[in-house]
Amino acid sequence: MSRYILKRLILAVLTLLVIVFVLFLMLQYMPGSPFNDEKLNAEQVAALKSKYGLDQPVYIRFFKYVSHMVRGDFGLSYNIQKNVPISSMIRGRLPVSIRLGAQAVLLGTLLGLVLGVMAALWHNTFVDTLCTIVSVVGVSVPSFVFAFFLLYNLGFKAGLFPILYKVTLPVSSTVLPTLALSMFPLAQIARFSRTEMLEVLGSDYMLFAESKGLTSFRLHAVHALRNVLIPIITVLAPLIVSLMTGSMVIEKIFSVPGVGSLLVTAIQSNDYNVVVSLTFIYCVMYIGIMLVVDMLYGVIDPRIRLTKENSHEG
Amino acid sequence: MKDEIKIETGREFELVGIRADMHIDKNYASQSFWKDVVVRFTRNKGSVFGMMMILLILILAIVGPTMNGYTYDNVNLDHQNLAPRVKWLSHFSIFDGAEKGVDRYAALGLSDTYYWFGTDTLGRDLWTRTWEGTRISLFIAFVAVVIDMVIGVSYGLVSGYFGGAVDSFMQRIVEILNGIPTLITVTLLMLVMEPGLKSIILALMLTGWIGMSRVARAQVLKLKEQEYVLAARTLGIGHIDLIAKEILPNIFGQLITMSMFSIPSAIFSEAFLSFVGLGVPTPMASLGSLINDGYKSFLTHPYMLVFPTVVLALLMLSFNLMADGLRDAFDPKMQEL
Amino acid sequence: MKRELILRIRDLYISFRTAAGTVNSIRGVNLDLYRGETIAIVGESGSGKSVTMKATMGILSSNGKVNDGVIEFYSKDNENAVTYRILEMSKREIRREISGKRIAMVFQDPMTSLNPTMSIGTQLMEGMRHHDKLSRAEAWKKAVSLLKMVEIPEPEKRMRSYPHQLSGGMRQRVNIAIALSCDPEILICDEPTTALDVTIQAKILELIQNIQKERNLSVIYITHDLGVVSKIADYVSVMYAGKIVEQGTVNEIFYDPRHPYTWGLLSSIPDVTSDQKLFTIPGSPPNLLHPVKGDAFAPRNIYAIGMDYLEEPPMFKITKTHYAATWLLDKRAPKVHMPTSLRARIDKMLREEGTAYDE
Repeated sequence: MSRYILKRLILAVLTLLVIVFVLFLMLQYMPGSPFNDEKLNAEQVAALKSKYGLDQPVYIRFFKYVSHMVRGDFGLSYNIQKNVPISSMIRGRLPVSIRLGAQAVLLGTLLGLVLGVMAALWHNTFVDTLCTIVSVVGVSVPSFVFAFFLLYNLGFKAGLFPILYKVTLPVSSTVLPTLALSMFPLAQIARFSRTEMLEVLGSDYMLFAESKGLTSFRLHAVHALRNVLIPIITVLAPLIVSLMTGSMVIEKIFSVPGVGSLLVTAIQSNDYNVVVSLTFIYCVMYIGIMLVVDMLYGVIDPRIRLTKENSHEG
Repeated sequence: MKDEIKIETGREFELVGIRADMHIDKNYASQSFWKDVVVRFTRNKGSVFGMMMILLILILAIVGPTMNGYTYDNVNLDHQNLAPRVKWLSHFSIFDGAEKGVDRYAALGLSDTYYWFGTDTLGRDLWTRTWEGTRISLFIAFVAVVIDMVIGVSYGLVSGYFGGAVDSFMQRIVEILNGIPTLITVTLLMLVMEPGLKSIILALMLTGWIGMSRVARAQVLKLKEQEYVLAARTLGIGHIDLIAKEILPNIFGQLITMSMFSIPSAIFSEAFLSFVGLGVPTPMASLGSLINDGYKSFLTHPYMLVFPTVVLALLMLSFNLMADGLRDAFDPKMQEL
Repeated sequence: MKRELILRIRDLYISFRTAAGTVNSIRGVNLDLYRGETIAIVGESGSGKSVTMKATMGILSSNGKVNDGVIEFYSKDNENAVTYRILEMSKREIRREISGKRIAMVFQDPMTSLNPTMSIGTQLMEGMRHHDKLSRAEAWKKAVSLLKMVEIPEPEKRMRSYPHQLSGGMRQRVNIAIALSCDPEILICDEPTTALDVTIQAKILELIQNIQKERNLSVIYITHDLGVVSKIADYVSVMYAGKIVEQGTVNEIFYDPRHPYTWGLLSSIPDVTSDQKLFTIPGSPPNLLHPVKGDAFAPRNIYAIGMDYLEEPPMFKITKTHYAATWLLDKRAPKVHMPTSLRARIDKMLREEGTAYDE
């Protein structure tokens, strides 16, 4: 188990290093360095370069870059808010995005699980058909389509929720974006938990458990659900990642002041430094989530938690 | 039953004896694998619907842009923001050319002009632009399949087939590539390159094949220990022949299914990039860029958003339905679940 | 000693709804089980052995339906006789009174019949805690003693293990312990040794036999392995296409079989001392989606007579315990003997065992 964690950790750090290296290279060779458009003579450029440490060898600059990134010092924004430290731009926005994402994952996972499990319990009934339709539509139709639909009907026509994010209404402002974002996880989890539950219900151990005369509740809530939940954890990681993509569009549509909409703005206004910093943050979150999910899986599933070393032959 | 034998009255208690058809297994009459696949696929309503929809969209994408005489990039500032108007559908409120009760066609004196999907803010015909955009989505779908089949399958095959150090090395690369969100790779690429179709394709080439390579590798790992493959190997058949003749034909079904599943995500990637502003350059249209344009005047002219969105959603839905159908047709075990 | 009837199945008809149509899996099964005895139900896969027993346990899958029949279970609760008519009970009643408590079952594949995410201890104790309302400590104590009984080393440690940490043989022992945890009166073993190594098979069979003697258990074996049957059963019922076609004592079935299907089954046991080609029954069992006319075995039966194609044969009585459903036993039928190779085999077996068996 500890070897498993160590292996995952090493891989995570390695991946992050590769990403930082690519980002570093991009910043080095991309147009738009601080002294591009200013009229400076060679001496002044050299002075500036030495001031910013750009005259040092590449590996030292890379090392410095890494240490800056790790400390959360991402430099300054060029275009969006001139000369504002990026870290301060991000600080206020990150919690908004994380809250939105967490709400969507929670809502989608819970509803999807309930729908999928019910569909399996009432296999080949109306509930099952509903589950299939919801999961196919939810997986196929992009989240921004749901966003437009919700925005137009619930926001614009019915006026139930704000169309655009209002800082003064932080709760009701996130209702529509959360709903739009949660469709994809809901559909995925519903589809997956239905398949898993059907497989579990048809398994030998469920038949054996049934032959023990256990109550229907214990049979489904204890014996079956546990075996459904474990594999669901594995799909959570890619789901959360796809949510990150989705959140960029959704945040833009609803003008949510999160990191997703900032990234879109930065891309559109060619603010490379901001793009690179946000990319780094996305990667850290992504790798962190993958790592946590992998470990969670190891903790929950006894087949991974307990190695086969002490198994008994008989 | 047609093969029932006749017992004559009076002979009920005589031995019938050994019959020629006794050894014929009637329950499991053999049917060819591909015939089975076709039967199972066509029996699935969803997948047939998906296939018909894809065909319809494909036909419209081919002939649509030439159907009404407008071109996708013809700016007509006199005809800005005209609502959809179709001659024979004009008694439906969606296609009567009026918006919020105001018929701007009448106001402009265009009694004989019909923009089926309306016009955009520059007066360009949205019907033509939508189907032009669909062409791009379908082209992306085609490219995604090619990339899956060429890069994904060969990477997976090589990694799985040779195993050992080769596999280990190749899998570490995949793990690292997979550790970077696709979105990030694509975004960074777009910053370095000019936005446009070429860079979208390059982005797909960088990351789009990983899922496929995993499926191919898993299938090869499973098949490589099968007796018939071992038998072929002991007969001294070369690696290339073994892969091409013994392994590939047997995993073909899974590969096709997987590539079908990767189409919607490729189409979505393009739409997403265009929506963020990294898609095809103007005046070209893709479904994503049309949605992005339409979104800007969404609350005043919803039709600009509705048509490309519906086409995109239908396209993705249809490919998903067809992929589901294919998976069930190739692997009937999954269907029961 | 007077034999005491414990389970009586009469005219059981069960069908399943499937995508292809209704499958009539069980077509009139009759079965008697007496206390402390062992019967074996033998037949090819799909003949309905397991379905009959699942109906007895009330665990038919949801698309299965009992159309007709009686299953009576004569239980003795602290010397008080209670009769349960299982088919008339609700699923909830069966769960409370029968399954796991008075009738328990051991399944075929020990590798898949334990829940992989729950410890051995939890799975072993849950039946006792549910049915007998034992406290955790009491259940734990009893669970450890059960593990000892099924000869599992270090039972205390094993209680905390998970199924994947045990070998197949060990898991099957755990399954047996679980089945016996509420002291059932009937134990149903659904091919309990098929998935195990031959050396472990013998040990498991021996274990079940010992426990049976100790507890005066009534055991039903479902199997297709005639070798196992000859070792452990008192009575044998041969099933074909949802019906019992021949039943009798072990000796009657092995030494004086009457149904051509039983002949086929016995002839297809491999015999290392003989150089004859291994016999197989031609064709395959009928698809029970379609109605069966006459004897279901007729199309595969080289001894079929005209009547077999016209009418379903009744159970012909041969002795007080021996019955077979084949028109060959009708007075009007031609005299047909079992295949000479089988005759020779049986004669050889009789000579080897030295037991005179009179026909």
